[in-house]
Amino acid sequence: MKLHEYQAKDIFRKSGIPVPLGELISSSDQATRATQIIPGPPWVVKAQVHAGGRGKAGGVKVAHYPYEVVTAVESMLGKPLITRQTGPAGVTVNQVLIEEGLEIERELYLSMVIDRAESVPAMIFSQAGGMDIEEVAAKSPHLILKEHVDTSSGWMPYNGRNLVYGLNPLPSPTAAKGLMHVMANLYKVFVTLDCSLVEINPLVITKDGRVIALDAKMSIDDNAMFRQKELLSLDDPREKDPLEQMAEKYNLNYIRLDGNIGAMVNGAGLAMATMDVIKMAGAEPANFLDVGGGANEEMITKGFEIILKDRRVKAILINIFGGILRCDVLARGVVAAAGRTNIRVPLIVRLEGTNVEDGREILKKSDLKFLVARDLSEAAELVAQQVSKTERI
Amino acid sequence: MSILLNSESRVVIQGITGREGAFHTRQMIAYGTKIVAGVTPGKGGQEFEGITVFNTVRACVQEKGADVSCIFVPPPFASDAIMEAASAGIRLIICITEGIPVLDMVKVMAFLKDLDAVLIGPNCPGIISPGKAKVGIMPGPIHREGNIGVISRSGTLTYEVVDQLTRVGLGQSTCIGIGGDPIVGSSFIDHLKRFRDDKQTKGVILIGEIGGTAEEEAAEYIKAEFNKPVIAFIAGQTAPPGRRMGHAGAIISGGQGKAQDKIEALKRAGITVQMNLGTLGRTALEVMGQDTARP
Repeated sequence: MKLHEYQAKDIFRKSGIPVPLGELISSSDQATRATQIIPGPPWVVKAQVHAGGRGKAGGVKVAHYPYEVVTAVESMLGKPLITRQTGPAGVTVNQVLIEEGLEIERELYLSMVIDRAESVPAMIFSQAGGMDIEEVAAKSPHLILKEHVDTSSGWMPYNGRNLVYGLNPLPSPTAAKGLMHVMANLYKVFVTLDCSLVEINPLVITKDGRVIALDAKMSIDDNAMFRQKELLSLDDPREKDPLEQMAEKYNLNYIRLDGNIGAMVNGAGLAMATMDVIKMAGAEPANFLDVGGGANEEMITKGFEIILKDRRVKAILINIFGGILRCDVLARGVVAAAGRTNIRVPLIVRLEGTNVEDGREILKKSDLKFLVARDLSEAAELVAQQVSKTERI
Repeated sequence: MSILLNSESRVVIQGITGREGAFHTRQMIAYGTKIVAGVTPGKGGQEFEGITVFNTVRACVQEKGADVSCIFVPPPFASDAIMEAASAGIRLIICITEGIPVLDMVKVMAFLKDLDAVLIGPNCPGIISPGKAKVGIMPGPIHREGNIGVISRSGTLTYEVVDQLTRVGLGQSTCIGIGGDPIVGSSFIDHLKRFRDDKQTKGVILIGEIGGTAEEEAAEYIKAEFNKPVIAFIAGQTAPPGRRMGHAGAIISGGQGKAQDKIEALKRAGITVQMNLGTLGRTALEVMGQDTARP
């Protein structure tokens, strides 16, 4: 689960990680009042969306007069913000954060992630702050410092020293102390809230030697939500695609993509591979949908309905390798969904595995029109044929 | 010989009386797996399908000589179950559970460091040595005893591949699903090492997917030390960055974990990378050769 910047900063503030003074607003008539509460000028106006790359997309603006704050807020609120991470339609900005501007001496980068290869949390620190860290990693890897943490001892002062004394030039003693303080608290936040990522880019040292998190990005491990229930209220469904939201409600793994071939598959790996098969057949997948190993008829019906709701879908490929999920259950679900919705696109079905004969029989006996693929290669061919037909139309 | 699991393996099921545990225990018995005990805390002394249920894994080891464990315990309690099995002296732990918090797995991995136990999973279909035993949730009948080793991060995708192998006449020595989570107990390399030393295994199919760098590391290892033919398949070439594709570990993040990078790393190591999943079986037959079809 992703958090907004302002939510992450609230958590930082309570956890001893300094952040700029700020005010969250959701309508432009609150903007002037915000400039009276928040020290400035200058002020920084920041669109609150989950997608990264806001700065370059006009989602972060500096204002020197209260009227500039109002103009900046009006340019963002209620309007779509299109960044490199959002797709062409962008995401609507519902909230804006107005913050005090700071006199910055130095911009750094600090984050904490799980190092998958080492199976431990790792803190990443770099003096190349305010930049795209992936680019830094590619061009100047020597500027990136990494510190693995032994979770039985927790974050130790030496971990902090290893990072802070790796800076060149060295920071002032006050700033060094501030940095180590932020690092220790960042580790605490990471482990107590079951984060999968916490990123501060930039972490700044101000002219008066303070260390402040200018930005904040935080994701919580979805698998840990059962013990982080108080964070559930921070979820912002407005950031999600409506079809993805619907899928979530039925425990389906659905991700909307840009293509026009819908796919329904059991199992995440096979679902990804099926998307790839569609692409190799010369088409683009419209979605990832893993109905899961233990899907019931209801889940299949809902999954199929979600695909049908997507108006861009020109053909649907159902690829099921029945293990725990039996083919007869799948077939009944599809027939049930077809009964409720008008299917206006060709349906390609590939069934294999447990109770496959029953499944095929159920489909055959229904008045559903569909093409049967005996194996994955044939499924790909049928998809390709459908694509060329659509193109001719 | 197969690797890790054979017909002599004595299996305990942790969470035997739960819905999933019960269903799959029956399936495993039907396949011929030697299930010697079950564990459900508080239900010690009961019986399930003629199998004695114990309160602790330790009791199963002491009284029934269990040496392999299969875990169907819900996510909040699964890390505890893994550690219980390892501390009781179980040598092979298979954790099927999906949804264990990553930080719990960090603790588990630190715990296992000084023990001899091998952990497969979590979030995996398990392990099968066809004709000998299966411990997990994979459909038994699609497998056939033979000479191909299979290691995979996925479940149903593995079934697809195994089914193709069996259909072209290539049986399998052992198939292992290592799991779809960001942190898993054992890696491609851990099992490649075992397949290298296994006489029955003549070649290996490696099924990877987006996220992490396990495939890149495997490529390095294969190039340096693995002398049997390998065919790799990587799922997720069309997966968008930043999105979790079903598996908790299947995510391209921080520029890492792209399918293309993995494919290139494998090709650079001289490994055959199958691009079209539909024809993997046929490719395997060409690369591994007919003679590997006989056990």
